[in-house]
Amino acid sequence: MTVIKAAEQSASLVTDADLAQLLLIRKFELALLDLFGQGYLSGTTHTCLGQEQVPVAVSGLLAADDFVFSNHRGHGHYLARFDDPAGLLAEITGRQGAVCHGVGGSQHIYRDNYLSTGVQGESIPVAVGVALSARRRRPDALALAYIGDGTWGEGSVYEALNAAVLLAAPLVVIVENNGIAQSTPSAASLAGTIEGRARAFGCRYLHCAHDDLGLLRERIAPAVARTREGGGPVIIEVAVDRLGPHSKGDDTRDAGQVAALERRGWYCRYRELLGERFEHADRAAAERVAAVVRDVLGRPASQWPAAEQRAGWPAPGPVGA
Amino acid sequence: MTAPRVAEALNEALREVMAGRPDLYLIGEDILDPYGGAFRVTRGLSTLFPDRVMGMPISESAIVGIGNGFALAGDQVIAEIMFGDFITLAVDQICNFAAKSATMYGRPVRLSTVLRCPVGGGRGYGPTHSQSLQKHFVGFPNLVLAELSPFHDLRWLLERLLDLGRPAILFEDKQLYARRAFRDGVIDDLFGYAPVGDGDWVRVAAHGEAALDIALVAPGGLAHRAVQAARTLLLEHDLLPQILTPATLYPVDTAPVLEAIGACGRVVIVEDSTAGGTWGAEVASQCTGRAWDDLAAPIALVHAPDSIIPSAAHLEQAVSVTADRIVAQALELAHA
Repeated sequence: MTVIKAAEQSASLVTDADLAQLLLIRKFELALLDLFGQGYLSGTTHTCLGQEQVPVAVSGLLAADDFVFSNHRGHGHYLARFDDPAGLLAEITGRQGAVCHGVGGSQHIYRDNYLSTGVQGESIPVAVGVALSARRRRPDALALAYIGDGTWGEGSVYEALNAAVLLAAPLVVIVENNGIAQSTPSAASLAGTIEGRARAFGCRYLHCAHDDLGLLRERIAPAVARTREGGGPVIIEVAVDRLGPHSKGDDTRDAGQVAALERRGWYCRYRELLGERFEHADRAAAERVAAVVRDVLGRPASQWPAAEQRAGWPAPGPVGA
Repeated sequence: MTAPRVAEALNEALREVMAGRPDLYLIGEDILDPYGGAFRVTRGLSTLFPDRVMGMPISESAIVGIGNGFALAGDQVIAEIMFGDFITLAVDQICNFAAKSATMYGRPVRLSTVLRCPVGGGRGYGPTHSQSLQKHFVGFPNLVLAELSPFHDLRWLLERLLDLGRPAILFEDKQLYARRAFRDGVIDDLFGYAPVGDGDWVRVAAHGEAALDIALVAPGGLAHRAVQAARTLLLEHDLLPQILTPATLYPVDTAPVLEAIGACGRVVIVEDSTAGGTWGAEVASQCTGRAWDDLAAPIALVHAPDSIIPSAAHLEQAVSVTADRIVAQALELAHA
């Protein structure tokens, strides 16, 4: 009962901007699955349906010069950082205006202190280096990396956490624990707990069990602030529900189970709590994404310079020039 | 004045580039004073630059990854991998992150990182501390491979690699550390050396001798063995040899090799890598395609046999590239 009360209170505090961002990500991901179904996308993509609240909560706590590392399931991370659905869709569909000319695609995006890579655990050591470097230029700088529960299978995570704690790196690791790694339930791939692993390194740790945007941000904010103030790295584990497949059409879970997860998620709850305000925002997001899809699919294919030109990349010269 | 040993010359070069580049960091395992690195190459540097020389836990993937992070943020990094064999523990950070990031985001991304890797046998360290892994990195897009030599100015080499703006691996032959560097173009009573073109390659020849019977292409780690072989070829077999040594192994500029082929038609490429898909084979392939008509015989390769490197000295010697083996191959080619 108290949980519902808190949620109601918090829902009333969801700003229009936050709601618009949540719904933009939701509609964007649904549109992607739809485009896949219609054959407009090649390769693969990983949607963050059900996990949108995490980057929206987090991005409200970050400055433009904080460095964000994303992973394979990164569309929400990108859209919460940059209001650029057209650039992202163009990247995923290989159209002009793509953030990285269609070279990186869904999982490899780099712009303005934001970088995603498609290899699990690869970003954490890099984030430690960026964090240490940034701190020498700006005392309150930090680097933040999103990883999943499955990422904890990679050894480089542990190498990097050990170094991060030893070097007091201003690093925030957000663990989006959706309880399933591709098709393998966490119970079959993760011994012990993520908290236990964090504590083993003497690393600060925080668990967030709810998906309400306001509560989530409120809980995360002090932990991020402490890292900013020199408190060293922190691991923030957020329990989330993955409502979509791992990539596309590869969900082996029971449909009833997924539907139950959907019913308890923020989308259904906010719809009920916010009434017409939600419906209005929902329509606006759907229309915006539909317009983006029409715009981007109408563009010519993206281009990148010819191989002879790329052979000179990056051009040699003094560092910093 | 006696020339310094190569490890001392490298230490001096590192000190100079650290002093000249305030954004340069040196990271690695056990590199801090008083130890100064397993081969003492970083001795004194953490005392001079305490904020920028960082000791790291035994975590090669994290070391290279943290270096990549510094570079991504606009700094420069020289990382020491204690034994080159351990670079296999960091291949994801080298290949999937650093090398791919240079172009995979659709535009050039500068990353100034140099990974120093002591390689090679001859010291009885056994199979996991003696291998020469250069060949495994040949042809990875955007990744630059270089090798330490007793001929090249090492400050020049480090500055050049840092200014590439793309990840580089610097292979350093462990036996070379204890050898004296060469200075002022002089090797001994018979041989001298001079830079070719922009200085990436060095050409070794008998004093005052422009004629050429056979060319030995040898990366820096093979330099002393190649010089020893060249002496034998000259003194005992009346052949005029030259040695060509590159600083940059890959991407390789084959122009000096092609020039030698044009002059004598006979080339032996020597390297410490084991047989199969080697750097030498890559150079031979490139040159054969371009200089077919000038070749008197197929380019010959001398490399280690397809074997791990044993610990016991006599067993290790049996799988090592020696001056005698270079001479034997050169004679076979000369008479082909």
